[in-house]
Formats: sequence, structure tokens, C-alpha cells
Amino acid sequence: MAPDAVLETVGLGVRYGEARVIGDISLTIRQKRVVAFIGPSGCGKSTLLRCFNRMNDLVPTVRVTGQVLFRGRDLYAPDVEPADVRRAIGMVFQKPNPFPKSIFENVAFGLRINGFQDDIGDRVEASLRAAALWDEVSHRLEADALGLSAGQQQRLCIARALAVEPEVLLMDEPASALDPIATGRIEDLIGDLRGDYTIVIVTHNMQQAARISDDTAFLYMGDLVEYKETQRLFTNPEDERTEAYITGRRG
Amino acid sequence: MTPAAPGGGRFAPRLKARRRAGVRFRWLCRLAAAFGVASLVVLLASILVDGLPALSFEFLASYPSRFPERAGIRSAILGSAWMLALVAAMSFPLGVGAALYLEEYAPRNRFTSLLKTNIANLASVPSIVYGIVGLAVFVRFLALERSLLAGAATLSLLVLPIVNIAAREAIRAVPDSLREAAYALGATRWQTIRHHVLPAAMPGILSGTILGLSRAGGETAPLLIIGALTFIAFDPISPMDPFTALPIQIFNWTTDPHGEFHALAAGAIVVLLGVLLMMNAAAILIRNRYER
Repeated sequence: MAPDAVLETVGLGVRYGEARVIGDISLTIRQKRVVAFIGPSGCGKSTLLRCFNRMNDLVPTVRVTGQVLFRGRDLYAPDVEPADVRRAIGMVFQKPNPFPKSIFENVAFGLRINGFQDDIGDRVEASLRAAALWDEVSHRLEADALGLSAGQQQRLCIARALAVEPEVLLMDEPASALDPIATGRIEDLIGDLRGDYTIVIVTHNMQQAARISDDTAFLYMGDLVEYKETQRLFTNPEDERTEAYITGRRG
Repeated sequence: MTPAAPGGGRFAPRLKARRRAGVRFRWLCRLAAAFGVASLVVLLASILVDGLPALSFEFLASYPSRFPERAGIRSAILGSAWMLALVAAMSFPLGVGAALYLEEYAPRNRFTSLLKTNIANLASVPSIVYGIVGLAVFVRFLALERSLLAGAATLSLLVLPIVNIAAREAIRAVPDSLREAAYALGATRWQTIRHHVLPAAMPGILSGTILGLSRAGGETAPLLIIGALTFIAFDPISPMDPFTALPIQIFNWTTDPHGEFHALAAGAIVVLLGVLLMMNAAAILIRNRYER
């Protein structure tokens, strides 16, 4: 195992009932890198992402084989508490899903349930600043979060995830429901977070992957086809399936 | 006729006839709707005409009596109020708890789907059957006698499936994205339910519960079976007291062969109907208010 590995899968397979979604994936995600998962719809990139915070547990028919290691510790070991994993490995979803509560409460919820000991107000402010949302909402923290624009809602969801001080941030197509301007701000934000967090982002937008990520993994029909530094993958793909996908001939 | 219609002469649109068929059908639907409204109006009018003259403060505040001019529905109103409070206290936690279990905790397998089907069946069991169960189990076996508690337990059996089904629907309507949002922050299942699922489902649960309670408030048969048909000339002050209730009092008076009490029955019907309509209105209000 590489010394700077944060997440590692070893022979990871996922089935939903009889359907094989992920075959046999072994990969390492290095500390404080931005890693993009790309591939056509149904290739298993979201499923793979959801193995890292045990979100797949919520699917009743799921079966996970192999190992997912977080700093060398098996996330699927029997003594691991999923809630504990999910605090350390945060997640932002495709569609902004703020709680139907105030802006403040959205960020404070994770702090409260996890028994945060310091000043909650300070932490909420710091999180909103980190998510580049503070200036827009500082005067209306008690307003309903659902009154924000979609882009603001998504940044609120990022602030909410950052509040509980995760080490890794998983992002499942975080900008696909947003317009180009809001998308740009999310990408800028990811740039700001780079270096502080390990970020794994699923995207079906290859330009986005090329713009924001350090490493890129191309998945195809449940298999990991190619995984390397983003620049090398896009300029010099080794596998012809990768080349077909990134050049737009296929996918 | 539009000149040079596309398609040459191969179409015979007969637009006028088609439009006439549409108009005819619209009138049929209008008639069907009017039938429902008309029967409601006739029913309400006839009850109000018969019942309003009987309504007075004395009528509400007096106990039943052998003399029609002195008889009232005080003990029936109090009995119904007790009954609804007890039914709510029993059916809400049990119905909502079971709903939470089935939707949020239980595995989805053949057994739980069998359970759900049977709850739906229970909701359509005739109420008199619940009366027989209540008589055997609560009145006799548990020796609760003909008490408010026995009556309320019996009606709770009847209301439970209704509350459970309404609560399950409300819980299912909570989007999974909300649950995922909470789980992703490290919330446990209970924290997710307590802070997000239940609050989001509560308006639906409450309106379903109120509808179930209003059903309980109007039920007569199960209470007759367990033997609530009694002449009560005192205020029930504990759940173990014998009782009467508005529908029972109405039944009692309408079966009077001399007809002297029929006007009182109509008066009591106005009161019962008023209470039930208010409960249903409250349910609709809650539902509309929280619908986004």
C-alpha cells in the first residue's frame, strides 16, 4: 500500500440482487488528490463512490465483496459503525438535498448529532465560508434553505458536509443539476478545497474531469479500465475503450 | 370545412359529431357530480330541519331522561370525548410505531409484504366484527366490563389499520434524498427518523389519524355489541366508568317506538355531524397547510 493512500479497494465487487454492477476493482486514492470517476451511464462509477461511505448499505439487495480500506482499516469489517465512516467521509449528491430547515440548521445538524463540543455558530460560519456561501447568506441564516437557488443549495450541502470535518469528500455528479454559471462556482470551490481534502468526484462531463481533477479513473461496464494522472489519461489513453470514450466516438 | 385539407380525401374528420360526443359526455359527468352534491344537500337540510329546533344549551348540558323535554346529551358528549381521547392515545403510538417499523426498519421480504397486505385487509373488516372481538377480549377475558377503556380499546382496533396505512403512506412519501442527506452526515437511523423522516411525514400522519378518529367517533355497531347501550345519568370521570356515546344515544332515541324522542335524535345527529365535519376539516387544513 502506498504511504499516502487514503482509500483503497481490493478486489471490490458489488451486486444488486443478481445484477453485477462492479466486477473486481482494485484502486488506490491518494491523500489530498482530486480524483474523478468517469464513464458512460451504468458503468458503476456512482456505485463505486457509494462503497466508500457505505451508502450502498441502504440498498436492501446489495452485496459487497472484497475490501474497501480507509487508512488501512477495512470499512466493511463487522465492528465498523457506518455512521462513523460517514462522518469521516462526507458526501455531496447529484441533486441538491438541503433539509427543509433554516440555512443555519442545515449546517448545524451534523454538528449536533455528532456531539460537537465547540461553538456551533462559529463552526457554521467557518463551514459556510469554506463553501464560498457565507457572503450570500450571512444576513439571513434563519431563512428557509429551500428558498436558495439550486447552486446555492448545492454549496450549502457542501458546507454541511465540511462542517463535520471529514477527511474525504465524495461528490456524486455535484454539478449535473446546475446551470453553467453555478457549475463554474462549484468547480472553483473544488479548486479552493484542493489541498485540504481528498476529493473523489463522479462526473459524466469529461471537460469537467479534465479541468478539476488530478487523477482520473475510467470505468466501463463495472470494470476499471484505466486510472492515472488526468493529464496523461486525456492526452495519452492506453486502452482503446478509454480513447473511444474521451474522444466522443463511443459512450 | 378547411379547403385543401392535408391527406387528400382519405380522412373524414366529422368534427361536429366528435365535438357533440364530447359535450354529451361532459354533461353526463356533471350530472354524476351533481347527484352527489344534491344528496348531501338534501341529507343536511332534512337533518337540520328536524334537529335544529331541538338544539339548546339545556339539550347539551342535560343528562338523558325519560321525559323528552328534559333529556339531553351531556353524558353522550363527555363519553364521546373520553372515547376519542383514549382511542387517540392508543392508536397513534401503536399505528405510527408499526408504520415506522414496516417502512424504516423491517427487511422487505415475503413476510413483511404479507403483513402489509393483511393490514389492508383489516382496514376493510366490518366494524361489527371488531365489536365481537372487543366483547370477547376486552370486556370478558380482560374483565374490563362495559367501561370506556373497553370501548376505546375496541375502537382502537378498528382505527389502527387506518392510522397505520395513512402513516405508512406519509413515511413513504418522504424522499430518499432527505434520508441520504442525514445518513451522509453520520446520523444513525434513529437520528434520521427523529429529525427528518418523522417531521416531514407528520402532517400526513396527523391528518390520517384525525380521519381515523372521526371514523371512531361515528361508529355505533361495535359499541352496541360490547354493551354500551346504557342509560348514563352521570359524568364519566375515569376510563373504567360505564359510558354512552353520541352514536349510541342517537341509536337509543331513534329506536323509541313512540316517536317522542325522534326530534332529540335529530338534534344529537346535528351535534355529531358537526363534530365529525370539524375533525375532517381540521385534517384537510393540516394537509393543505404543509403541502409544499
